[in-house]
Amino acid sequence: MKVLVGVKRVIDYNVKVRVKSDNTDVDLSNTKMAINPFCEIAVEEAIRLKEAGIATEVIAVSVGSSASQEQLRTAMALGADRAILVETEDTAEPLTVAKTFAKLMADEGAELVILGKQSIDSDNNQVGQMLAALTKRPQGTFASNVSVEAGHVAVTREIDGGLRTVKLALPAIVTTDLRLNEPRFAKLPDIMKAKRKPLETKTFADLGVEVKQHIQLDKVEAPAARQGGVKVGSVDELIQKLKDEAKVI
Amino acid sequence: MSYQAPYKDMQWLVEQAYQTQQLGNLESLQDFDLDLANAIIDEASKFASGVLAPLNMVGDEEGCTFSDGQVTTPTGWKDAYAQFRDSGWIGLALPEEYGGQGLPKYIAQPVNEMWLSSNLAFVMFAALAQGGSEILLKFGSDELKARYLTQIVTGEWTVAMALTEPNAGSDLGALTTKAIPQADGTYQIKGQKIYITYGEHDMAENIVHLVLARTPDAPAGSRGLSLFAVPKYRVNEDGSCGEFNDIRCTGIEHKTGLHGSPTCSISYGDNDNCVGELIGNLNQGLMAMFVLMNEARLSCGMQGVGLSELAFQKALQYSKERVQGARADGQRVAILEHPDVKRMLLNLRSESFALRSLGYQIAALIDVSEQSDDAEAVKAAEKRIALLTPIFKGFATEQANELAGDAVQVFGGMGFVEETGIAQVMRDARITTIYEGTTGIQAKDLLHRKIRVDQGRCISELMADIRDVVEKSPDSVVNQRLGQALNQLAHVLDSTILNPSAELAQLDAVAVPFLNALGGICCAWQLVELAQRAQVSKAEDEVFFGNVVALAEFYSAYKLPQAQAALTTVIDEQNGVGNYEF
Ligand SMILES: Cc1cc2nc3c(=O)[nH]c(=O)nc-3n(C[C@H](O)[C@H](O)[C@H](O)COP(=O)(O)OP(=O)(O)OC[C@H]3O[C@@H](n4cnc5c(N)ncnc54)[C@H](O)[C@@H]3O)c2cc1C
Repeated sequence: MKVLVGVKRVIDYNVKVRVKSDNTDVDLSNTKMAINPFCEIAVEEAIRLKEAGIATEVIAVSVGSSASQEQLRTAMALGADRAILVETEDTAEPLTVAKTFAKLMADEGAELVILGKQSIDSDNNQVGQMLAALTKRPQGTFASNVSVEAGHVAVTREIDGGLRTVKLALPAIVTTDLRLNEPRFAKLPDIMKAKRKPLETKTFADLGVEVKQHIQLDKVEAPAARQGGVKVGSVDELIQKLKDEAKVI
Repeated sequence: MSYQAPYKDMQWLVEQAYQTQQLGNLESLQDFDLDLANAIIDEASKFASGVLAPLNMVGDEEGCTFSDGQVTTPTGWKDAYAQFRDSGWIGLALPEEYGGQGLPKYIAQPVNEMWLSSNLAFVMFAALAQGGSEILLKFGSDELKARYLTQIVTGEWTVAMALTEPNAGSDLGALTTKAIPQADGTYQIKGQKIYITYGEHDMAENIVHLVLARTPDAPAGSRGLSLFAVPKYRVNEDGSCGEFNDIRCTGIEHKTGLHGSPTCSISYGDNDNCVGELIGNLNQGLMAMFVLMNEARLSCGMQGVGLSELAFQKALQYSKERVQGARADGQRVAILEHPDVKRMLLNLRSESFALRSLGYQIAALIDVSEQSDDAEAVKAAEKRIALLTPIFKGFATEQANELAGDAVQVFGGMGFVEETGIAQVMRDARITTIYEGTTGIQAKDLLHRKIRVDQGRCISELMADIRDVVEKSPDSVVNQRLGQALNQLAHVLDSTILNPSAELAQLDAVAVPFLNALGGICCAWQLVELAQRAQVSKAEDEVFFGNVVALAEFYSAYKLPQAQAALTTVIDEQNGVGNYEF
């Protein structure tokens, strides 16, 4: 069984996000970038399937700039067998990414696609669902457990107030939640080997993916700076302030 | 927040070192380019902050325990060691033939820095494995190499370096551990060693002690020392661990810092049953040990850098959170807004940045010396490394102590209280000026062996290189200040250090101030050169490169004058040292 995993290059979660002074976008110049944490979990899950003898090949796929090669190399250092970069200098919309995966899923004959439930930069939470719709295949989103059985994958999903397990016929799409697994650290010899694993670069045109713009980014603003706190003298005063000043009760 | 690798600094400084030493031209390094360096630094940084840093305080609070000859390392140490070993980090810069990754030193250096920052006490086995392997590679017989190297490089077994004895510390020539030749060519080892790092522990199956000892007819002093490989468990024909080799840990020290690292007293051959094998030639043990010691000195200098970085991160974080005092308009502020707090933080920042740069340059020079086919380039690199090693070791560790003190000062009373973790940095830093040769020993090595014996040739070449940097922008104030310090240094060399009629006792009394002066000048040199490059790249990242320029300014105003003051001390003959009656 071939497994495709999505790998997105995003701002490192340790880095403080800065907004460009003209509010057009987040300032990414010279910031440390990393694999989206949910994608890292997806890679880990795919590698575990390979180690368990279930997956035969793990292919890491990124849609992004040429710099995304770094994150694909990381995925290969963690254990992915090869990588495909669909190169674009523009931010790809969720639908474009979903279309790209749909095409690659068909081309590669992948039976399982594991994606992060969302990326920590734009927090859209859309690609997995759109991919399922485009390919008319079942989806198991927000996975906290994945187990593949003959022709099926059972996915335990994190939902409000509990867990829900669904059984999907393969091929299927799974998106990962935080608790699915704890990604490993790359081993040094594997980092070296990753340099020699195949990384193929394609364009939307190569794949016949039509890029249409549906979303326009109007502006980006930093959250309001936190105001200093005040000490209240009594519970009554607190309640009064919550009512009159904060207007939350 | 615990340690986060200063990724951007590292990446940029690695690149500068790579370019300055033209490593791109070395055929054998073609596969080890900057992209690979960045990928490895990135992955190592995850391991450092994710696995090692969280154990740093645990190690400090729990320490190691000793009972019945056994040493138990702090909670989590064993697992972390297994993870470190299985991730292949021990063989980072050791040959592939023995299971290592053969990476160049210029990549290993920043990786090591992260280990040292995140958990110095823990990671001391790594430098021992590196140095021990290099000794065996250079001096070991094929048999010894076959027996030990793969095990050490892959971390199955660890290395202990056993030099110090109760009566032989700085003066190793005084050591008395005996090695008595046996009919089968092996030696019976008998004696007591103290302060042996990881001489006993519970993290690996076997420990290979590299023991400096004396054969019965050996000449007195340091010319009579030989080096032996002495495993805790003897090694069977098939490579497995066999019989216990009569090596006992008799206790561990209760220390100021590095609580997590066992500092062991070891007794060899209590029952006359401790077998060792000679490494290299008889009576040339110290020469072999020097390979390890040079390596260890550079690594110890990096400890200074790593701890200063850690101290900086902690102090910066605290200074943003602690509200105290007010601006002129009455607005209460975080202490970071006070210029004096900024001054302390910049002490930390400028010095650790400069020393990191120097440490990376030395690592890149080692790559030149090991990988270049150009005999002249190799020779020049070796001489430069030999000169810079005592400066880097001595100055980086002395500074780490001063800077850890500054960091504590930023914390105020909370700095003196243990719970913030900054006091640990100060305590851990304290040993770095002592082991691997005290500052006093480094200073004498620098003054005599590296400068006077060579009649100042090597230092003149270094000064010419610094002069070239100064003259690239002669109008810049920071360049002018460095130029003045260089003039002063030239004068001190002529009038005092290289003066054939200088009195030895007089020179030795100013050896450490002299080392400190050179340390300060070398750091200013790094920052001035970096600032020049930062000016060129400024448009790419105004904040980062603007800050590099500010660091050069700060250093030349606050720190370089301290080097100049030290030079004044060096030439002043009336210093009272020889006149006071103790
Ligand atoms: C935590 C820790 C770990 C250690 N790990 C190891 C290890 O793994 N293996 C090992 O073999 N040793 C180890 N050591 C020992 C360490 O290397 C020695 O402590 C160090 O070499 C200094 O020796 P000493 O303690 O005997 O001090 P001394 O040599 O007695 O020095 C005391 C003072 O006298 C000065 N002095 C001495 N001789 C001279 C001189 N000729 N000229 C000028 N000044 C001089 C020194 O600079 C110092 O200030 C360790 C020590 C510690 C505390």
